[in-house]
Amino acid sequence: MIKVIFFAALREQLNCNEMELNAEGISNVSQVKQTIIAEHPEWQAILENVSLLSAVNHDMVNGESAVNSGDEVAFFPPVTGG
Amino acid sequence: MMDPVNSLIPRRISIQKQDFDLGDEVTLLEDKNHDDGAVVTFSGRVRNKNLGQNVKGLYLEHYPGMTEKLLEKIIIEAEQRWQLGRITVIHRIGQLYLGEQIVFVGVTSKHRQDAFSAAEFIMDFLKVKAPFWKKELTEQGESWLEARTSDQNKAQQWK
Repeated sequence: MIKVIFFAALREQLNCNEMELNAEGISNVSQVKQTIIAEHPEWQAILENVSLLSAVNHDMVNGESAVNSGDEVAFFPPVTGG
Repeated sequence: MMDPVNSLIPRRISIQKQDFDLGDEVTLLEDKNHDDGAVVTFSGRVRNKNLGQNVKGLYLEHYPGMTEKLLEKIIIEAEQRWQLGRITVIHRIGQLYLGEQIVFVGVTSKHRQDAFSAAEFIMDFLKVKAPFWKKELTEQGESWLEARTSDQNKAQQWK
């Protein structure tokens, strides 16, 4: 399984904190997104927003970065702390 | 040789709901630290105006685990660039109201320039890298803040 977490404005737009995906057929971050969109077509525009950032196991990554079963993948808007 | 007492608290990272005391934090940075002549601190607070709106407060969310990891990375990079003693980074989360403290960065070094530069560097990268998000509470309602290009540009100056 792959654990997926959403934060801040994205979490509120999707009305979803986290979800689990079957890791079968998923090898990178883009495929995680595509799998979620296949399950929730209504999220497509929100998840394909180019400004969204992604992390795998707490490291910032891009779409081609590898994802394996047991990984934690997070999607979130640009950060605004400080 | 490092003073064994001095090496007890070289870095302190804290993500917390509760407030912090500036005096206590400076004491922790200075206590039994006779190597460093310079102590630079920065603290950020909730201010009353943003983008023309009257701000009543903020709600701060973060990504537990990743936040600490990123702050540690930023601190390690600062330690590679300058000769530093102790470093403290505190960031509050949850509901914060007007005038409350949000963030603290404290750095000690032998001489002032390293501590000044490192404190600015840590703040600049915290702003653009650490996974915190602010939701602003104004008289018009609540809204998540957008990231600012000016913060990105400021951090890029260090490259």
